[in-house]
Amino acid sequence: MPTTKSDLIDDISERLRLPKGKAELIVNCIFDEMTRALQQDERIEIRGFGSFEVRSYKAYEGRNPRTGETVKVDPKKLPFFKVGKELRERINGEGDGGEGARPNSAKQARSQEPRADWHTGRGERADERDDEPDLGEPARGSSSHHGGFTPA
Amino acid sequence: MAKMTKADIIEAVYEKVGGFSKKEAADIVETVFDTIKQTLENGEKIKISGFGNFVVREKKARIGRNPQTGEEITISARRVLTFKPSQVLKNALNGGEPVN
Repeated sequence: MPTTKSDLIDDISERLRLPKGKAELIVNCIFDEMTRALQQDERIEIRGFGSFEVRSYKAYEGRNPRTGETVKVDPKKLPFFKVGKELRERINGEGDGGEGARPNSAKQARSQEPRADWHTGRGERADERDDEPDLGEPARGSSSHHGGFTPA
Repeated sequence: MAKMTKADIIEAVYEKVGGFSKKEAADIVETVFDTIKQTLENGEKIKISGFGNFVVREKKARIGRNPQTGEEITISARRVLTFKPSQVLKNALNGGEPVN
């Protein structure tokens, strides 16, 4: 399971059979776009995932909790995320899995949608993923696996 | 205030990355969020450099109170998802360089 942006890019590249460079462009594009929206004080709503909004704070006199010293805090804006209903339920093992899963039963096996081949119509690699060993970086050839997509 | 939705993100991927149809762009964006969701569902965190970290936290059961009636109720143990914005994102919101 991906835990950093580059893991996420690897995963997307595999699932969609895209060259890694392309997957990277896509992932960067998505988060750049979201950053841009927040910069313009736009709210972001991604159904099933959650929403982001920017909250503005006035300047205030704060205190350094360690030294007790008074410090002036400038006005600032901060992004806030609120988890969506579907994701909240999935994280808590509710919804499609029934009520079985409690917090702590961290790694339930889930059926992974074999959507890797949505653009080629083939579908042979549905189950390679679940028992991938947890070795950090499985050496993946960066350009060995991609069939479909070549940019026009 | 304007609002960004998944459709806007799909549009951006379609236009700025290019090389696939709108339908494909929609599937791609769906897959990206789906992958993130699956990771979080497994209780793992996601760190997106330049944007922020999504972290699943375990909350113990605790006694809460219905603020209207004062009645005590047990709030069951649960997992919550928190987002910690990166310094880069915070800077971007506070007059940092616009993202392009």
